[in-house]
Amino acid sequence: MTDTTYVIRGAETVDGTRTDLVLRDGRVTETGTGLSAAGATVVDADGLLVLPGLVDLHTHLREPGGEGSETVLTGSRAAAAGGFTAVHAMANSSPVADTAGVVEQVQALGERAGYVEVRPVGAVSQGLQGTHLSEIGAMARSRAAVRVFSDDGSCVADPLLMRRALEYVKGFGGVLAQHAQEPRLTVGAQMHEGALSTELGLAGWPAVAEEAIIARDVLLADHVGARLHVCHVSTAGSVEVLRWARSRGVDVTAEVTPHHLLLTEDLVASYDSRYKVNPPLRRQEDVDALRAALADGTIDVVATDHAPHTSEAKCCEWDAAANGMVGLESALPVVQATMVDTGLLDWADVARVLSTTPARIGRVVGQGQPVAEGGPAELTLYDRTVTRTFSTDDLAGRSTNSPYLGRVLPGRVVATFHEGRATVLDGAVVDADEVAAAARGASR
Amino acid sequence: MRHLLSTADLSRAEAIRVLDVAEDMADTATREVRKLPTLRGRTVVNLFYEDSTRTRISFEAAAKRLSADVINFAAKGSSVSKGESLKDTAQTLEAMGADGIVLRHPASGAPRVLADSGWVDAAVVNAGDGTHEHPTQALLDAFTMRRRVHGSGSRGRDLDGLRVLVVGDVLHSRVARSNAWLLRTLGATVTVVAPPTLLPVDVSRLGVAVRYDLDEAIADVRPDVVMMLRIQQERMHEAAFPNPREYARVWGLGAERFRSLPERTLVMHPGPMNRGLEIGDLAADSSRSTVREQVANGVSVRMAVLYLVLAGDREDRS
Amino acid sequence: MSTRTVLSQADIARALTRIAHEVLEANKGPEGLVVLGIPTRGVVLAERLAATLSSISGVDVPVGALDVTMYRDDIRRHPTRTPQPTTLPSGGIDGATVVLVDDVLYSGRTIRSALDALGDHGRPRAVRLAVLVDRGHRELPIRADFVGKNLPTSAAERIFVRLHGVDDDELVAIEGGADS
Repeated sequence: MTDTTYVIRGAETVDGTRTDLVLRDGRVTETGTGLSAAGATVVDADGLLVLPGLVDLHTHLREPGGEGSETVLTGSRAAAAGGFTAVHAMANSSPVADTAGVVEQVQALGERAGYVEVRPVGAVSQGLQGTHLSEIGAMARSRAAVRVFSDDGSCVADPLLMRRALEYVKGFGGVLAQHAQEPRLTVGAQMHEGALSTELGLAGWPAVAEEAIIARDVLLADHVGARLHVCHVSTAGSVEVLRWARSRGVDVTAEVTPHHLLLTEDLVASYDSRYKVNPPLRRQEDVDALRAALADGTIDVVATDHAPHTSEAKCCEWDAAANGMVGLESALPVVQATMVDTGLLDWADVARVLSTTPARIGRVVGQGQPVAEGGPAELTLYDRTVTRTFSTDDLAGRSTNSPYLGRVLPGRVVATFHEGRATVLDGAVVDADEVAAAARGASR
Repeated sequence: MRHLLSTADLSRAEAIRVLDVAEDMADTATREVRKLPTLRGRTVVNLFYEDSTRTRISFEAAAKRLSADVINFAAKGSSVSKGESLKDTAQTLEAMGADGIVLRHPASGAPRVLADSGWVDAAVVNAGDGTHEHPTQALLDAFTMRRRVHGSGSRGRDLDGLRVLVVGDVLHSRVARSNAWLLRTLGATVTVVAPPTLLPVDVSRLGVAVRYDLDEAIADVRPDVVMMLRIQQERMHEAAFPNPREYARVWGLGAERFRSLPERTLVMHPGPMNRGLEIGDLAADSSRSTVREQVANGVSVRMAVLYLVLAGDREDRS
Repeated sequence: MSTRTVLSQADIARALTRIAHEVLEANKGPEGLVVLGIPTRGVVLAERLAATLSSISGVDVPVGALDVTMYRDDIRRHPTRTPQPTTLPSGGIDGATVVLVDDVLYSGRTIRSALDALGDHGRPRAVRLAVLVDRGHRELPIRADFVGKNLPTSAAERIFVRLHGVDDDELVAIEGGADS
């Protein structure tokens, strides 16, 4: 079965030029105007922006073990709906992704589903327990070729283990992505520690618990000459630590989630657990600092930390509710609302923070490349002119724990192409059997 | 009043109304028949996820004095401990005909979640949620202060100008929070006194002044009321203070410190007391101690609350 | 909508004086009498009635207020009402002849509630009812022993009672009719 050829007409690139694109055999074979190809499916992209396929450095696909809330297949569909063509699947599955076997399984499931490139993340420590290194070498050398290692969900708190992990991962060309949260300062923590947590009677998650770990880790990374990546930065203080580290030349990169660019702790006053997330929503001054940091490059990328949960895990009192929000489908609209429509980033910057740089940090070949003749057919078509009220109709995964339901957001992904195959067309996710069959038929 | 979830939600007029209705309820205790038929045919469920015999009995007495039927649902040893959710438990109780649910829960915000969820039609009364609020405790404390200060002329009055010290584990105390908001609404000023380890980092939204030294606070503030909060020994293991002896010496209302209080200062405690730790015998048993009448007033105040949330038509309860 | 005054301030005073004489006649003197007004305006009337009884008979007749909010049978049909204080005279009501006083007698349900409330306070020897206005339309077998004025009304009409001590002026008026 041969791949469909697509001719995309009249798309606008991030530098403002209008172009047609021909997608054939997984590559952009031609760009220009007035293009056509025999037997091709035409996609009218008039008025639409074409971006390189987005690359998420931080997603939870829950499989194996947590299939009630998401599977690799459903998570891939959610990713495609958000314009993503590659996602890094975090290791806190059950069993934990701390062996070659689990990471190869996750990668294979992603390939079979065919919507996005699934890059499994390997755990830093066995079972995420934070005491012994996991089989980092085996995972790096497996078919999954793991390059990003993280205990996300948990912090690598022990300073000696962190040092060893930084050193060891360096030997395999990888990067350690730290979930910065000093466990001893955040026992039973429920929300940002401050005036509001006092008022609401919820145990506080102080900013210093994140900042102190980042400060320690950048010094360690500097000392051993290793790459460090900081997950979901959430405080103004963390931004300052990162600026300082950059000024010293430390090889550190950092990510921010879309929700930390938009939402603040005031939403917690309703005790509605849709707003419960780790790290927690913080103050407006933190949101402002994070936006400025993303704009000036102190924070390198946006990563969703897409965290699906079943309704039983969320629909209860705050203390008992699980942490996390789904975010793949809403990432581009939220970035548009918070960064582009406010003039802090242009669309070329968006391509940089959501595609090019994440691919570079994750060492993902064939992703994050500019949309150009000869490049890989990994791209998304986005309508930035519409606004809509975000609803469950816009969610394509298995779970609905989104904090944006009922909120007006700009923009809409109209089409996504992965390996030259359409995964989203006319704003709708393409049927799973069709995508899987096309993935099987494609020659690799 | 549809639910009673917090004192922060009560306006001055609403708070005074509750206290005034409680005066009427208190009067029934002096009559031959200490019962009113007002809530006949209504069912009140005490849904208690935390052990608390005292508060539960107080609500039970209050409901019975209004002729309501009472069901006690203790979460321990029931299907809840096996993981039946708040949602399922509440809906089961409603299916059994609960008109009002008095909820005590270890999770802050649980009564709000229940009230806003749409799972039940019943009125929700917060009997203590986590470290957030305990509104009926604050109301009975205010009622007690008002009666001691204004006596039989209490109806319609607030606590304007009253100076209150709240001493103890403010960080973990829902009683402290509820009192802070209600007392301020009623015109009193509140100062909290505790070691920094037992104070929240940011109290700006509570509207209280902060002190670490109790003797200085007593001398400077000249309080009309000193409210001692119960200290839990577990806090010692969290390194909040080195040992009970030091705590008692520095922040306890022992004999000498009690004698240093202005002559008419009331001594209050929500109970149960740790005699010898946060409060000594001399203070606890003095005529200025309101500990026992706080218990009696608790029933009157809870009668007033149950009346206000359960009597009345549907449209009123919006 | 038309409003007409049916009792002036002077009429009200005359009616109360007449009722006081009738009460003393029926009771053969002031012995054992306790006058209880039903808030709000019944209390004003009760205080005046007790004062008149005391001055005519030369004996101090105890007076108090009996709030019936908690005993109403229509609690769930109306917004929650704030109760008024109940203050019984220090001698109590056991064995007394209680004269309940209210401004308007209509369905009779308020008086039924008052009888229930009274029963929870003690056991009077007898209970009598004095009202300023009886407008008919009884829903229960309740009747007044002493009436200031009988005012047959239609259900569409409204009766206003205003008394000094609660209101700025003093009168009884009927408002409305077929088109109100």
